[in-house]
Amino acid sequence: MPATINCRVQPEDFALDHEYQALQRQDCGAVVLFCGLVREQFQPQDGPQDMPQSGDTLQALELEHYPGMTEQSIRAIAGQAVKRFDLRAITVIHRIGLLPLGAQIVLVGVAAPHRSDAFAACDMMMDYLKNQVPLWKKVHFSTSTAWADAKASDKQALNRWQTAEQNTAEN
Amino acid sequence: MPDITAAAIDTTPQIKVLFFAALREAIGHSELQLTLPAPLQISGVLALLSAQSSKVHQALAGREVLAALNQQLVGCDTWVHSGDELALFPPVTGG
Repeated sequence: MPATINCRVQPEDFALDHEYQALQRQDCGAVVLFCGLVREQFQPQDGPQDMPQSGDTLQALELEHYPGMTEQSIRAIAGQAVKRFDLRAITVIHRIGLLPLGAQIVLVGVAAPHRSDAFAACDMMMDYLKNQVPLWKKVHFSTSTAWADAKASDKQALNRWQTAEQNTAEN
Repeated sequence: MPDITAAAIDTTPQIKVLFFAALREAIGHSELQLTLPAPLQISGVLALLSAQSSKVHQALAGREVLAALNQQLVGCDTWVHSGDELALFPPVTGG
């Protein structure tokens, strides 16, 4: 059964209730929504990371992207999720531009007949989003800015899906 | 004479190079047009860019760089052709 895929890259905010309603289907018993938010951070040069420091705290994140490729790669990820899991609808919204503390950054929403597919697809798409979509975060602290570093843990999280895919192909 | 034009393009490919995020800031440009002396792999384009500008050399040195050719993530051994759009950027941090 074909799934409805809705991918957007935009500066504007999104409304969870609206996106939730748009995902609902009569044949879907599960909707999983993941929302990523701009969280409090402290300038690491001041001392141990994520410890309250001398006031150089995160004010905003600035999201840069590669127009065209960003949308295309998000759509490709949604396409992979549809191939791998039993899904009926996917919504992915990624915001760009300057996003203040507490702002919504990303939404991944999945509608599926059963919850296991919805949870797994949402998890997998976030791992691919973190590793393969051309988006970069610049952290605006009170008195400085710094580009966010890619995390090894995000890469490892992606590997588990790729390893699972290889195992499936071999069996 | 389309054949002659095609041959000329093949020997000195013209490409567009894009830079993003920290790499864009370090280099000071988001885009440039580049004429290659001969067909090259992406690794060869990186070497050429480094040789042409000390700023680019410094920006690329010791930095992990990802490449997308015509908006697809590819390895640095991929061959570049005339008219291609090559994007160079640091590891992504979206999501």
